[in-house]
Amino acid sequence: MTTTAPGTGRSPTRERPAPARRRGPLTLRQRESRAGLALVAPTLLVTIAVIGIPIVWTVVLAFQRVRLATLRKTGLFGEFTLDNIERVWNTPGFFDTLWTTVVYAVGSTAGSIVIGLAAALVVRRPFRGRTLVRASMLLPYVAPVVAVTFVWQVMLDPQLGIVNDWGRRFLGWDTPVAFLSQESTALATVIAFEAWRYFPFAFLFLLARLQAVPGELEEASRVDGATPTQRFRHILLPQLLPVIALLGVLRFIMTFNKFDDVYLLTGGAAGTEVVSVRVYEFLTARTDIGAAAAQAVVLAVVLVVFVAIYLRFFGGRRAD
Amino acid sequence: MDRDRIETVGLRWVRRLVIAVFLLVTAFPFYYMLVLSVRPIERLLLDPGSLVVGLGELTVETYTEVLRSTENGGQGFLTFLRNSGLVAVAATILTLVVAIPGAYAVSRLRFFGRRQVNVLFLAVYLFPSIVIAIPLFVIFTRAGLRGSLFGLILVYISQTLPVSVYMLKNYFETIPVSLEESAAIDGAGRLGIIRRVSLPLAAPSIMAVALYDFMIAWNEFLFALLFLVDKPNRWTVSLGLAQLADGVEVPKTVLMAGSVILTLPIVILFFASERLLTEGLTSGAEKG
Repeated sequence: MTTTAPGTGRSPTRERPAPARRRGPLTLRQRESRAGLALVAPTLLVTIAVIGIPIVWTVVLAFQRVRLATLRKTGLFGEFTLDNIERVWNTPGFFDTLWTTVVYAVGSTAGSIVIGLAAALVVRRPFRGRTLVRASMLLPYVAPVVAVTFVWQVMLDPQLGIVNDWGRRFLGWDTPVAFLSQESTALATVIAFEAWRYFPFAFLFLLARLQAVPGELEEASRVDGATPTQRFRHILLPQLLPVIALLGVLRFIMTFNKFDDVYLLTGGAAGTEVVSVRVYEFLTARTDIGAAAAQAVVLAVVLVVFVAIYLRFFGGRRAD
Repeated sequence: MDRDRIETVGLRWVRRLVIAVFLLVTAFPFYYMLVLSVRPIERLLLDPGSLVVGLGELTVETYTEVLRSTENGGQGFLTFLRNSGLVAVAATILTLVVAIPGAYAVSRLRFFGRRQVNVLFLAVYLFPSIVIAIPLFVIFTRAGLRGSLFGLILVYISQTLPVSVYMLKNYFETIPVSLEESAAIDGAGRLGIIRRVSLPLAAPSIMAVALYDFMIAWNEFLFALLFLVDKPNRWTVSLGLAQLADGVEVPKTVLMAGSVILTLPIVILFFASERLLTEGLTSGAEKG
């Protein structure tokens, strides 16, 4: 990086500890290394304190017998037991929940990417009002989750929701559809909500990539007689595939652990219970911390696999 | 007409149609929220399909009920607004103070363990809140921090810090190294370089990250629910609204008024800084 050496004596002494002086001036590289460590230390410490330790602790808790009532008595390194894992494994419903989570995560990820791609393609070229359209497209993503889940709930309400009212008036529905409380529609509705709320995320990434595609590529193919759909298929899509893959992994990781959306929309009823909602139930309603942690660990293990995939394929390029 | 012509003309219309559908689908729920919040509940029950508010039926009663303090029979959202604002601003400031030096170091300086630190920052960025929630719940219950806004601020840092480091790092990487080098040649030390060159250049990006952090903290729900639920006077707007929906029969129109109050600050912030944020969110994308 830096190759030209400034006067060694002029650097602020704060950067290096005093004893270093006695050993003579440090090389520029050494000083850079020290400055780097000094600057990264606070960030690293806080990250470890508020995220690293809790993650490790969750794993520890998963192997302990802890309930909220006995919490004060349990030490950090109390007896270890496989009891929680076994209990979670044998509790009815756990594998259903895991399966629901997979369906939910895959469906929402695919939905948000497909819609995001469509959105990116249509606002790619300038037109009047483009800024407004783009801003409007980001609204679902930035708006508070509590507010948007409630609007969806009211819109889909069987009695006073506009969807059922219009459905009966214009589409000839015989009876109102309780979208969020019947098994046949609840999960699909929740997935539709996720796709709606998170397509802007995919949209932003895809739009940025689309705008980086060199114009000459498309020009050349147009000259060669490629039609718009052919240009999309053979020019744009190959350029977008890496971003789509990245989004697939990122969105899957994020949706797999999502709590708020499902909890607020259905509370986990009607076949929409995902693992994170179940963890919450165990933690609060049943105050069974050990079992909650054990399920969170299952969640984390799945996650670690995907984070590893992410780092392997997308993180490495940026790491150095 | 050949295929190219048909496709070009056809797609032009498809594109217009799709844009219109997107505009409708994304903006409609917010419009619906607003319309419902100013209609009396009786009117809504009579005509749930109506999308216009007659001048005669316009009411702000819903808003006064939501904002009025609980002693006066309202829902006390003014207190919640204050709590949310306080928590979000404090979390944002603390996050920036902690994130900026680390992000700078990771993006610019070669030090022992840089690669590992980098990977760690990325990994925690992807880690879910529900996994972190359990031990924090345990610690806070033990330390008696449950129900304190200060505790919540600490927890929010765990939500905002990883993404802030990640975004700031990408920004710092876009600042040309040569600028910093010329400052070094002019005799500036590392801290001088950061203060006089890097930070001013990154100011818009830092602003974007600050806004983003504020939004995360303002919108957050799970931790507020876990840590504050027993203390109604400490609730944030998100939590207050969710509790309002769970409580005794509250008219949907009042609920929508609460939703508008929760959403409005974010929408205003967002439209005021749309460009800044859009560019901020995708700063990592071009490289991905």
